Amino acid sequence: MSTNYQLKRADFIFKNENDWEEVLSKSISRPPQELINELISSELKGRGGAGFPTGLKWKVSSEVKSDVKYVICNADEGEPGTFKDREILSMVPFKVLTAIAICGYVIGAKEGFIYLRGEYNFLRPELLKAINEFEYYCKEIKLDFSIKIFMGSGAYICGEETALFESMEGKRGEPRNKPPYPTLSGYMGKPTVINNVETLAHTYTIFKYGSKRFYDLGVQYSRGSKLFSVSGDTPKPGIYELELGMSLSDFVEEFGDDDTKAVQVGGASGFLVPRKRFSETNIGFQGKLVGISLPTGGSMMLFNSSRSMYNVLDNYLNFFAEESCGQCTPCRVGCQQLLKGIKAVKRGEKNAQYLDKMLKLAETMQVTAKCGLGQSVGNSFSSIVENFREEMIY
Amino acid sequence: MKPIIELIKELADKHGRNRHSLLPILQGVVEQERYLSEYSMIEIARELDIPATEVYGTATFYTFLDYKKMGRNIIRVCKTITCSMKGEKQIMLAIEDMLKIKIGETTQDGLFSLLQTNCLGLCHKAPAMLINNEVYTDLTPEKIREILTMYMNRKDEGENNVN
Repeated sequence: MSTNYQLKRADFIFKNENDWEEVLSKSISRPPQELINELISSELKGRGGAGFPTGLKWKVSSEVKSDVKYVICNADEGEPGTFKDREILSMVPFKVLTAIAICGYVIGAKEGFIYLRGEYNFLRPELLKAINEFEYYCKEIKLDFSIKIFMGSGAYICGEETALFESMEGKRGEPRNKPPYPTLSGYMGKPTVINNVETLAHTYTIFKYGSKRFYDLGVQYSRGSKLFSVSGDTPKPGIYELELGMSLSDFVEEFGDDDTKAVQVGGASGFLVPRKRFSETNIGFQGKLVGISLPTGGSMMLFNSSRSMYNVLDNYLNFFAEESCGQCTPCRVGCQQLLKGIKAVKRGEKNAQYLDKMLKLAETMQVTAKCGLGQSVGNSFSSIVENFREEMIY
Repeated sequence: MKPIIELIKELADKHGRNRHSLLPILQGVVEQERYLSEYSMIEIARELDIPATEVYGTATFYTFLDYKKMGRNIIRVCKTITCSMKGEKQIMLAIEDMLKIKIGETTQDGLFSLLQTNCLGLCHKAPAMLINNEVYTDLTPEKIREILTMYMNRKDEGENNVN
């Protein structure tokens, strides 16, 4: 085992800072444009997994003319292996509330929502208390802004932003066509900024310390730190804040159990990386010149050699088949066919070449499915089948 | 417990009589009743002045809005990858053995229903489950027996009607 690995820890998100009142009042005394520029120069990208530049999102929404706009904090954390948002909301709720209100000030919204997944219902009482205290302070400084909690009811797909709007509007959580994007037409057809919990928490850091402090962390195209939810075959499961851009081999050195066979980066909708590719894989957004860059919402699941990758894939596909909203055919039928297909190959009812047919189906789903759920089923499917083909057959 | 019709009126007063209040109202009814009967869905539709099929369509989309009669305490055991790797099957067996019910069933006394659920976001403390809104983590068959016994004892104290 080499000893010169470099895993850069960071400590911003969970740092205990009792200065949200100051951060809020200072931020809203600055011109909105200045705050947007701060975000843009920090190069913060969405921490939910998609990685859209946050500053740009706020900028577009701020430029749209509308009497009513909304800010929504996406706390529908459903990706298997992700549990950071729950921790943020229970440990540092005021950072998130402050960021929601600052966003409201920047884009000109008077209402904010936290869409909290039903599984996290137990967080609600404490969060409500925090919101009360927060709104009380807003009144004191004459900031006209309110925050409400909207509870989900156990649907993974509602983490998809447009499905989330549908759900808030009292409908089935079925994703909409894009465009129009939420920045123009979101909740109730009004311009809406929707950000992940962690993204908002990072904006707090940026508004407090300035963009440079954030930008100095990480690597090119992947600036700043990020929370990682570490689980699976690891001696130290938990939540860790690390700088982006690390190589997967450094990560495994720190978190593996000396027998790590593969790591699932980005949850069931992400990619499975086998041991032989650890050193060439980096964790961050696309754009690095060397090696492969994998973006992630922060889910890192480790598997050691006692695990069957067939069982892993079977578990994922069951998940997707259940959580697919059923609206578009590629996803509704595709998930079920992939699941049936791997079972048939395993039982010998189909020959091994059937796997290649399924890889094509997964590719078709990537191209034709309506939303991110259906499009990303192929990520884990292809990366598992291609790297562990023999485990699928025997 | 309130009569359903009264509860629905109260929820509609609180959240507003429009389509985007539908989910909070459905959740409010489930909170008390543990499930949505056809009757309550029709009453909600009447209260919000929207077609009952729309209420049904929305309600049946969401896993946590059950529309079959459920027990007072709904157990949801996480079956997603990390929990399944860390012994979810043993947990299920321990529960099935103790309550003498299978997945999707309710005990005869109406105290427990057993369900499986997808990722609860507690992977670092797997295996995990929910009983109503309460979270239980790092489960073992022994712990299961303790937890369920605790719920059974609450019955004698008449606490099973509150969350």
